[in-house]
Amino acid sequence: MTLSMDSMYQQIILDHYKRPHHHGLPEQFDAEVHHVNPTCGDEVTLRLRLADGTVADLGWDGEGCSISQASTSVMSELVVGKPVAEAIALQRKFLELMQSRGKAELSDDDEDQLEDAIAFEGVSKYPARVKCALLGWMAMTSAVAEAGWGTTQEARS
Amino acid sequence: MAFDVEAVRKDFPILTREINGVPLVYLDSANSAQKPQLVIDAEADLYAHHYANVARAVHTLGSEVTHAYEGARDKVAAFLNARSRDEVIFTRNITESLNLLAYSLSNATSFPGAERFQLRPGDEIVVTEMEHHSNIVPWQQLAQRTGASFRWIPLDDEGRLVESAIEEVITERTKVVSFVYQSNALGTINPVKRIVGRAKAVGALSIVDAAQAAPHLPLDVQDLGADFVAFTGHKLYGPTGVGVLWGRYDLLAQLPPFLGGGEMIETVTMQQSTFAAPPHRFEAGTPMIAQAVALGTAVDYVTGLGMNDIRDHEKTLTAYALEALQRIPGLRVIGPNVAVDRGATISFTLKGIHPHDVAQLLDEQGIAVRAGHHCARPVCLRYGIPATTRASFGVYTTLDEVDALVRGVEKVQEVFHR
Repeated sequence: MTLSMDSMYQQIILDHYKRPHHHGLPEQFDAEVHHVNPTCGDEVTLRLRLADGTVADLGWDGEGCSISQASTSVMSELVVGKPVAEAIALQRKFLELMQSRGKAELSDDDEDQLEDAIAFEGVSKYPARVKCALLGWMAMTSAVAEAGWGTTQEARS
Repeated sequence: MAFDVEAVRKDFPILTREINGVPLVYLDSANSAQKPQLVIDAEADLYAHHYANVARAVHTLGSEVTHAYEGARDKVAAFLNARSRDEVIFTRNITESLNLLAYSLSNATSFPGAERFQLRPGDEIVVTEMEHHSNIVPWQQLAQRTGASFRWIPLDDEGRLVESAIEEVITERTKVVSFVYQSNALGTINPVKRIVGRAKAVGALSIVDAAQAAPHLPLDVQDLGADFVAFTGHKLYGPTGVGVLWGRYDLLAQLPPFLGGGEMIETVTMQQSTFAAPPHRFEAGTPMIAQAVALGTAVDYVTGLGMNDIRDHEKTLTAYALEALQRIPGLRVIGPNVAVDRGATISFTLKGIHPHDVAQLLDEQGIAVRAGHHCARPVCLRYGIPATTRASFGVYTTLDEVDALVRGVEKVQEVFHR
């Protein structure tokens, strides 16, 4: 096994792939979205409920490669219970990491905030797989928008 | 003389490459085959020494290049055992060959003398469930344009056509039957003569997509009996950008053109145009000259190796690989699981591991395979899988490379099961 292989398929990623968090669709939700990554045929359906400006609940179902499924699991773990603004800020940070082509310079603060999502740093070296890692994160932000965030909640806060 | 794969490998410069520090194991020839030095040189030589436009210039270069281009047509005609060189049309690829037919057929609606090619509501176009998108989408579109119905012969659980359905689906209403010789996703080799025979019996046009067959077995259009046979150059160790449509001359002579433009005409006035005879009627504009010439070289190359010997070599590889792969726990071959009526293309799934992860981890070991739905998404839907990993072999593939694949897959499992 070469080093780069290990750096893409981190143990954390494989663990999330085998035992995904927040897997399953909750019955109560404000928005449901379905996102597809045509490269790998990855799919994710995501439901989310907002309350008091936070991501009160989020659940998902999907199939696809380990990167897409593990990343969605890590994202769920990170954003549930967080203020929506923070969840969106995290998504931007993760997007930046994924677009870095393996050259991201993360501060200690970034690493603290991204937690397990740091494990996907190696994926950023493989442009063909970046979309896999972003699938769940993109679904989350579009579900947040669909739930009305940015049109009503943000205006009120 | 026995097939000498080590000698063949020396013809392909790319095979000396290393990927991630290990020698390249190229098992993606069904996607696109690598090029022998001869083919690379043929293209460069034309540009370096003989280049001009074809069929238009009276100068020496124009004459040389026309001779080379038309010479390539002769080579392809001989490769296919065509009755006449005028039955060979150069296209960009298999996709254009099939679209050329589909559009020429719909142009028949307003073309004098082409009544026999017209499609109307109530007529049917038949394909099979194992087609790649190039042999599905143009016919769906033709059905939409003409009001004809689009039907298909279904797949059985083993990855073969449901035999009894050939007679049921191809009926007196059928006007076009277009089907694949060898499946790119399953490796299945179809009973071509049987399907062509049924199409003839009901008076339908028969079209054989030989993109995946041409590199692997002897192709004899007279023996197959079909009306049209198409293939692409880049899978046959030739350049990209050139494909072939062969058609029976009497049909081509009545078929309306697809693209209009230079070199496909007989006379042009501001009021109207008349068209050249085949094959030039179907080759509008400046063609892919150097690529067609180099395809001629590729055809010479495989003919030199011997299509029967190539088929035997690849059959040995396929039988060996099917046996070795199916010993791996959790590996399921999608397609026929024995080397009977099947080609050197093996699709498989691994329990609990997505094909893109398999392909990525194999690439780390220098092994190039394809992962995905192989532009044949209905096949994946039929077997209830999102995608497959596909290993495909060519003239330069060795048994050692099959062993490397098997070891590679085992390593992928180690990574995922740690």
